[in-house]
Amino acid sequence: MLLIPCPWCGDRDETEFHYGGQAGVPYPERPAELTDEQWGEYLFVRDNPKGEFAERWSHSAGCRRWFNLVRNTATHEIVR
Amino acid sequence: MSEHPDRLWRNPEPRAGYDVVIVGGGGHGLATAYYLAANHGIRNVAVLEKGWLAGGNMARNTTIIRSNYLWDESAAIYEHALKLWEGLSAELDYDILFSQRGVLNLAHTLQDVREGSRRVNANRLNGVDAEWLDPDEVRKFCPIVNTSPDVRYPVLGATLQPRAGIAKHDHVAWAFARRADELGVDLIQGCEVTGFRKHGNKVIGVETNLGPIMAGRVGLAAAGHSSVLASLAGVRLPVQSHPLQALVSELLEPVHPCVVMSNHVHVYVSQAHKGELVMGAGIDPYNSYAQRGSVHVIEQQMAAALELFPIFARAHVLRTWGGIVDVTPDASPVIGPTPVDNLFVNCGWGTGGFKATPASGWTYAHTLATGKAHPLNEPFALERFTSGALIDEHGAAAVAH
Amino acid sequence: MRLPEGGRIDRTKPLRFTVDGIEHTGCAGDTLASAMIANGLLTVAPSTYLGRPRGIFAAGVDEPNALVQLDDPMQLATTVELVDGLAATTLRGKGRLTDEPDAARYDKRNAHCDVLVVGGGPAGVAAALAAGRTGARTILADEQRELGGSLLTENRLLDWLADAVEELDALPETRVLTGTTAFGYYDQNFVACASKTRLWHVRAKHVVLATGAHERPLVFVDNDLPGIMLASAVRQYVNRYAALPGENIVVATTNDGAYGTAFDLAGRVSTIVDSRSEPPAELVNRARELGIEVLAGSTVRQALGTQRIGGVRVGDREIACDVLAVSGGWNPAVHLFSQSQGKTRYDERKAAFVPDKSVQAQHIVGAANAVYDLTGCLDEGFSAGIEAAKMTGFDGEKPAAPYTAREVITDPHPVWFVDGPEGRQFVDLQRDVTVADVRRATGAGMRSVEHVKRYTTIGTAHDQGKTSGFAAIGVIAQLLGAESPQGTTTYRPPYTPVSFALLAGRDRGELHDPVRKTPMHDWHVRNGAVFENVGQWKRPWYYPQPGEDMKAAVLRECRAARTDVAVMDASTLGKIDIQGPDAGEFLNRVYTNAFAKLKVGHCRYGLLCKADGMVFDDGVVMRVAEDRFLATTTTGNAAAVLDWFEEWAQTEWPDLEVWFTSVTEQWATIAVVGPQARVVLAIVAPDVDCSQDAFDFMTFKDAFLADGTPARIARVSFSGELAFEINVDGRAGARVWDAVMATGLPTPYGTETMHVLRAEKGYVIVGQDTDGTVTPQDLGMEWIVSPRKDFVGKRSYQRPDATRPDRKQLVGLLPTDPDELLPEGAQLIAPDTPLTPPVPMLGHVTSSYHSAALERTFALALVKGGRQLIGRTVLAPLRDRTIAATITEPIFYDPEGARRDG
Ligand SMILES: Cc1cc2nc3c(=O)[nH]c(=O)nc-3n(C[C@H](O)[C@H](O)[C@H](O)COP(=O)(O)OP(=O)(O)OC[C@H]3O[C@@H](n4cnc5c(N)ncnc54)[C@H](O)[C@@H]3O)c2cc1C
Ligand SMILES: [Zn+2]
Repeated sequence: MLLIPCPWCGDRDETEFHYGGQAGVPYPERPAELTDEQWGEYLFVRDNPKGEFAERWSHSAGCRRWFNLVRNTATHEIVR
Repeated sequence: MSEHPDRLWRNPEPRAGYDVVIVGGGGHGLATAYYLAANHGIRNVAVLEKGWLAGGNMARNTTIIRSNYLWDESAAIYEHALKLWEGLSAELDYDILFSQRGVLNLAHTLQDVREGSRRVNANRLNGVDAEWLDPDEVRKFCPIVNTSPDVRYPVLGATLQPRAGIAKHDHVAWAFARRADELGVDLIQGCEVTGFRKHGNKVIGVETNLGPIMAGRVGLAAAGHSSVLASLAGVRLPVQSHPLQALVSELLEPVHPCVVMSNHVHVYVSQAHKGELVMGAGIDPYNSYAQRGSVHVIEQQMAAALELFPIFARAHVLRTWGGIVDVTPDASPVIGPTPVDNLFVNCGWGTGGFKATPASGWTYAHTLATGKAHPLNEPFALERFTSGALIDEHGAAAVAH
Repeated sequence: MRLPEGGRIDRTKPLRFTVDGIEHTGCAGDTLASAMIANGLLTVAPSTYLGRPRGIFAAGVDEPNALVQLDDPMQLATTVELVDGLAATTLRGKGRLTDEPDAARYDKRNAHCDVLVVGGGPAGVAAALAAGRTGARTILADEQRELGGSLLTENRLLDWLADAVEELDALPETRVLTGTTAFGYYDQNFVACASKTRLWHVRAKHVVLATGAHERPLVFVDNDLPGIMLASAVRQYVNRYAALPGENIVVATTNDGAYGTAFDLAGRVSTIVDSRSEPPAELVNRARELGIEVLAGSTVRQALGTQRIGGVRVGDREIACDVLAVSGGWNPAVHLFSQSQGKTRYDERKAAFVPDKSVQAQHIVGAANAVYDLTGCLDEGFSAGIEAAKMTGFDGEKPAAPYTAREVITDPHPVWFVDGPEGRQFVDLQRDVTVADVRRATGAGMRSVEHVKRYTTIGTAHDQGKTSGFAAIGVIAQLLGAESPQGTTTYRPPYTPVSFALLAGRDRGELHDPVRKTPMHDWHVRNGAVFENVGQWKRPWYYPQPGEDMKAAVLRECRAARTDVAVMDASTLGKIDIQGPDAGEFLNRVYTNAFAKLKVGHCRYGLLCKADGMVFDDGVVMRVAEDRFLATTTTGNAAAVLDWFEEWAQTEWPDLEVWFTSVTEQWATIAVVGPQARVVLAIVAPDVDCSQDAFDFMTFKDAFLADGTPARIARVSFSGELAFEINVDGRAGARVWDAVMATGLPTPYGTETMHVLRAEKGYVIVGQDTDGTVTPQDLGMEWIVSPRKDFVGKRSYQRPDATRPDRKQLVGLLPTDPDELLPEGAQLIAPDTPLTPPVPMLGHVTSSYHSAALERTFALALVKGGRQLIGRTVLAPLRDRTIAATITEPIFYDPEGARRDG
């Protein structure tokens, strides 16, 4: 049971949150101009590092805000 | 007393190079090595395992074997696996305790019923044994399932694959390992691949904690660690690694005759040969390589289990554990070449690759031996994520274990 | 035998109990095991696989032999508290599940604290006292019925302990949880603790682990005979329970610890066999004074006897005894420490794996930290308690120690196993695994402890290796010629077994998943509705009248809707209130069709796709104001759609000013459907002009109903018939429904009829006619995919797979035999396809019904290249028959849409 720091509500149990995977992957500005490879990459490929990972969470059973944090996927330590 | 043979494998030192180097000594890596040697006569092969052989997901799964997948491509490869399972104890001369006790996939909503009968019909036409059971038949097949109409999500029926069942994971891994070793494959434990030697866009070997090892072809079979390895070669995979937990109870007199899976209430459980209940939990939502998950997932699992099996209430959890499952966007595996020459990948089996072990090894060995996909793994290439030809086993299939 | 004096039992409170049907008497304060020993019962059921006689071996959670069946399938006699009437059956390794009901109510509780102390021995009590006195919120959890741990075994500092217990009880911010086992240590100091009926989720700022140590057995020939017990267990039975397991005792040890047992039982102990060639002189002298012979540099090679130990062989000597108290050394109980990801290292001098590095905010103290002298344990406990409190923002003095005598603990000399028949030297008593088995494993090529564990099954039994684990590691090391043991297997939760029922808590039955009911639910129940689960909702499926089966009821309901008027409770549809100046722009970006220019007062059907272009949800959206929309979703997807909207708005377009609120429960919705719908409206909402000219299709009006209830009435139709949806405040739902029914005109209908009506019109149900692999184009809904604007997922339609001509497309099917119903889920093949697997399939039936309006059956299906096949025949091969059908356009009724206006 991770303890997740919501920037708006403070530390809360993991069960209040919804996971959103890698942070910082914006929807492409002009999808129509992408190649199939690029679009496929946007749709299906995300980083999956062992170690620090910038990821998205939403405080779905709380303030319902999305936010980012950096967590270590090998240790579950929340780095920042 | 032991069910195992007196001789399993040598513990050789790595040689300078091999025709094929397989990274990852789990079930898939070991099966691949065996079939490379047995089917293709390629014996100058090493399996490099960073820990102990088959200590990853192979040692942690709930050993459910079935082939009743929805889509043709899946049914073909999983059914090929099931046929191989049926002959495996004899072929490998090792009792893998394959027990074809039947797997029930329960339906709890009208939509579950539609999906179940869709799958049964597709399975039959694909040559996969499948039946639809009404609640009474479910009760006859597995008397301890709560088929009362008064529960929160009553059982409305189930699909049954009679040939499906369970096997003993360690036996399977060791059986493949022993045979591969006999055929000359070097099984090298405590050997972690830390990088790749490349010549232009071509892989020519691997770096390891035991020094460099050259290779004609390199096949990744690293399950949860596939992304980590691929990234060392500059390849990004459509895979995310998550914890998946499971648990066992104490040894109990036989109560549970088959395997029951329920997507809706989220349970999958069998009773192993010695008598313990073996149960898988839901996947933890976050990415992780820690081989452990959160306890509330186990608690939810127990609540779901008691909904379906009130008789389990007084059983005890003896041990919980977690593996790292490599999940793809369509819940189907990736087997085939990568954008880097001579580097191949077999991953993405997620929560359900144990059942595929022999077919995964069979087709991957073919791919590594010939450089080309076997017809069974052709649809499972990386290109599908570009073309969009996904093999989506989420929506319409049962839980993917 | 029960000693006449001493112990912490209450001799004035006798308790009757049975073991294997035979009646005995114990005392309040006994465990089942201590009461058995007091009654001379040492032998339990034979071993699981070999059937060898076995006896009570330990006194706590590490017991390998004394498994009993109570109501629960498997319990340890050593941890079961004796109660009057207890009936135990000894078990041969396997328990039995029964479905006798369990009256207990299992519940869960969350607790937050500054300092959690696990373990109530001297170190733990000291830590809790030190922390508690600072005012820090402190929890002390111990698995035993009373605090004290080893003090109770050793009969030491009992007065201090009594005072401490009293003080802890009195400290306002301190809570003592006895009978509560911390069994799982998870991330960020989340510790799960179990008492009999309560599961505690403790989140601690700091944790002090004072979990003690487990004594190790000794491995020698026939070391499994009843009468062989851990030395500390013998001591505990005598001192704590006044239960004497034997009269003539030999002690075999590798360390100082077992001397205490010998001293406390002086007069009944003949010999101490010590593996060390020079045991501490102080201990040897004391033993001599007490008349105990010490054999230094010696080990027990074999136990003698058949049903129970009668003696031991040491070197060439045979020494008679009825109990052999063994101590193979001590293992710090690092289970929780390891679960918390703390790292251990092998300490050569202490011959044990000891804590090395903590990862979480944590101390580990006392025997758990391989500190075995009482002074040291107390000191570590007090220090840790104070430090923990300080780290969490409190302050105080380290308490003064009640005991400061210096005790020197001399290093042990471990013995892994002895020369002699290895098939009779047991490493794991419960799994019947011997040194010979371990030798086979290493001989087969196994090097890793994990492999040997799996090959031999050592450590996989009920005790999860608490006694056997380290013994195995030592044996492996010796067999492989390693200098020292190579590492343990991984410690996993739970520390001791936890019942399924406790973990499940109250999330069972009705509470397993909340039931959602509409405001009109009671009416549906009263009127005989059969319900369907849709998501968490209970929805009326159909309303059979007396003597009607489902088919008859649905045909009747359909007929009413097509020829007269019928009503449905549509309150379960998800509803999302969308507000903000950019609401229109937002909807434009997520729906496949355009919304920005929708006029206020108008409705539009919209389709949502995921970024991969596959249909995700659909529903009608109303524009309530320039900056306000009300979107409806499918019943099952309401939460997912809200999440989806919020995710895009917050993470991709934070510049858009738009906000979302779920209002599903706030509205009750009644669909009034059929050519006579206006008649009902005229009575229920007389102020609303619902004539064709005054009330356009796909518009809505806010109005008051006859009884003054404010309502929003929309003219939308999911059946092709003239239809109005009356939306009112959820609290008025039941009343308005009653008013509608009071007109005496409409027939109530359920989801099945709704499905038939929409299918006759070719309208899809997301999730039934789609499965996450279907695009709008596949459904023949190109018309709703805007060519002019971009929206989420649009790019996906250019991918090669999305443009394949043989994609599965939505078509209609008319069975050749108009009475034959195609089963939903039937697969379709071309005629003349040979039925040898794998049989090429064209697609499958997604929806299939009897139609009252068509007076025949019909179906919808997804078929490869289906639109090119219209007019062709396909076959649905079923188990017992094959059904032929003709492919048609997916619209069966009123293709011109003439009925929409009534
Ligand atoms: C709890 C759980 C339950 C499951 N239940 C089922 C089920 O019931 N049925 C089913 O079909 N499937 C199930 N699965 C899935 C199944 O276990 C996996 O899909 C399958 O085992 C994966 O293939 P593998 O055996 O080769 O993987 P693994 O056994 O994980 O093998 C991968 C190996 O690669 C090694 N490795 C990684 N990185 C390196 C490196 N850099 N160098 C060298 N070696 C490396 C790892 O140490 C590991 O041994 C379950 C999985 C889990 C975790
Ligand atoms: Zn918040």
